[in-house]
Amino acid sequence: MKYSIGGFCDLFLDFCKGIEDLLDRVKVEGDTAVIDAKGLTHKELNDLMRYAVVEKGVSRLKLLNVMGQRYIGTRLYLPDSRKVEIEVHGFPGNDLGAFLAGHKIVVYGNAQDGVGNTMDDGEIIVHGRAGDVVAMAMRGGRIMIRDDVGYRTAIHMKEYKDKVPVLIVGGTAQDFFGEYMAGGRVVLLGLNLGDKPHRARYIGTGMHGGIMYIRGKVEQWQLGKEVGIVDMEEEDWKFLEKHIGDFCKEFGFEKDEILGGKFLKLKPVTKRPYGRIYAY
Amino acid sequence: MRGKRVVLPDKDHQACGLFGVIDRSGRRFSGEMAINAMINMKVRGNGLGGGFAAYGIYPEYKDYYALHVMFQDWDMEAKHRVDEFLDANFDVVYAEEIPVNPEANVASPPLFWRYFVSPNKKGDEKKLSDDDYVVKKVMEINTKINNAYVVSSGKDMGVFKGVGFPEDIAEYFMLAEEYKGYMWTAHSRFPTNTPGWWGGAHPFCILDWTVVHNGEISSYGTNKRYLEMFGYYCTLLTDTEVMAYAVDLLMRKQGLPIEIVSKIFAPPMWDHIDIMDEKKKKFYTALRMNYGPLLINGPWTIVVARHGEMFGITDRIRLRPITSGEKGDLLFVSSEESAIRAVCPDLDRVYTPMGGEPVIGRLKSREKELAKQLSEVE
Repeated sequence: MKYSIGGFCDLFLDFCKGIEDLLDRVKVEGDTAVIDAKGLTHKELNDLMRYAVVEKGVSRLKLLNVMGQRYIGTRLYLPDSRKVEIEVHGFPGNDLGAFLAGHKIVVYGNAQDGVGNTMDDGEIIVHGRAGDVVAMAMRGGRIMIRDDVGYRTAIHMKEYKDKVPVLIVGGTAQDFFGEYMAGGRVVLLGLNLGDKPHRARYIGTGMHGGIMYIRGKVEQWQLGKEVGIVDMEEEDWKFLEKHIGDFCKEFGFEKDEILGGKFLKLKPVTKRPYGRIYAY
Repeated sequence: MRGKRVVLPDKDHQACGLFGVIDRSGRRFSGEMAINAMINMKVRGNGLGGGFAAYGIYPEYKDYYALHVMFQDWDMEAKHRVDEFLDANFDVVYAEEIPVNPEANVASPPLFWRYFVSPNKKGDEKKLSDDDYVVKKVMEINTKINNAYVVSSGKDMGVFKGVGFPEDIAEYFMLAEEYKGYMWTAHSRFPTNTPGWWGGAHPFCILDWTVVHNGEISSYGTNKRYLEMFGYYCTLLTDTEVMAYAVDLLMRKQGLPIEIVSKIFAPPMWDHIDIMDEKKKKFYTALRMNYGPLLINGPWTIVVARHGEMFGITDRIRLRPITSGEKGDLLFVSSEESAIRAVCPDLDRVYTPMGGEPVIGRLKSREKELAKQLSEVE
């Protein structure tokens, strides 16, 4: 029991295999490592990913049979700022790409809660849907989700100087979209809604920075008290054109059709929405 | 005394794991699917509680209430008192120790017996329905006989639970080999505010109602006091218990459908009621005024089941996760999509309902029954 403390074994770590027992899971072909994740714990899978990238020097990872393993890509910070491309086949678990350090993750399947949690840089692309708190506290890079997202998307997303995170959601979102958002750009396209309105309530509650673009129908009562609707400007369209262009290239939608829709631009009314609560 | 393995309770991962599956055609299947789904979500629990509810497992005794009784510390005095109590109040047609696998990796298991009984009502109690009578007697055992707890009391169903990871509990009770049901719910526990003990594991059960729960019920005090007015007493030291008694009160005794019960547990916010049309406004206001003490506050997801149906629902601002999936006659609810995919990779449909909106899985036969009742009302 490697991880035992005072005679107690660790319920998780002591049941994870070491790299030496898992090498048959990795096949290196040129600059690509293929890893069979079937039945692996999240520690085992992330250990193998780190092994392939750091020890074997690959720049592409292909993960097969992923089923609920968490934190994929989190422990891949590389001091030499090498970037890795990670293909995920299956259904990754919570906190996919948390703290992501500049790598690109493409998921062929659905993602769960916490995609891109506090992600620093890089890109996450999901060919499917995602769960709650997507892009939570995200501080750089870009996330594109093809279908719907759950509650509290982009909660407390932030920006600093030229680090401006971008999130594009192709479907619709549930409540508290952009809650406490402090920076960044969020685009909600509503492509699977047809003529139906978005159902999300409390959009932008507590928002105090950044910009949201929402395509499709939203009523005033669905918005939080801290956001206001402002006019689209030239640079907004430029921004949308670029990112929606990339979105369409990735997922095969018609760019002009999307851009032809009606967009609502939402900005916070004040930078300190609760500043007056405790001071007078 | 712990089992073979000495473990340090782990706080690195958190949140309970829930899973439920129903075959809407009524086909019965082993516990394997529920067990494997829980194994997939292992990091959601910490080994301090796991449990399963299975429906349709006692076809040979389906007309009798199946009481699963737990005797803490193998207290034979308690066993003796329960035997006497049951003999005095029921006709016991069959009783046995619940078979277990002693090789399973579980920590200090208590003694479990099951009794198949039918009510033997006397005097004033003849006025009570069978179900009400059983509830009353279960409460009497739980509150008056020290070290004895009825963990399961429905017909043709049973709850198997304890301290350990769900797969360990399943191995202990041999759920994959011994039982076949048309509906299974399962729970992996990560206790936060209440002790991890065998009686405190989920599911919680009264009659054939079972509840598994992830989260915290911060309105527990209010809910508990309200339920006490109707003769439900909370003895299992866990907030989830109130949910089991609340569904029994609202759905069995008062006959409310889940569509309305979900609006009692997770009512719309007042500012959303304000913008509804007059009729709806009146309805939701009345509901909130009458059933205020059963508003369930705090972060929670529950899966509730009774014969013929199962539903999953979250609190109204969804502070805990839920995902639902369908494949043919199978309907799943789970804390994570991957747990469903692990046992059924190619789903026809997968979706996440809005907070406070129930996902309902019903037997087709029950669905027809309901449709008939509705058409008669109209």
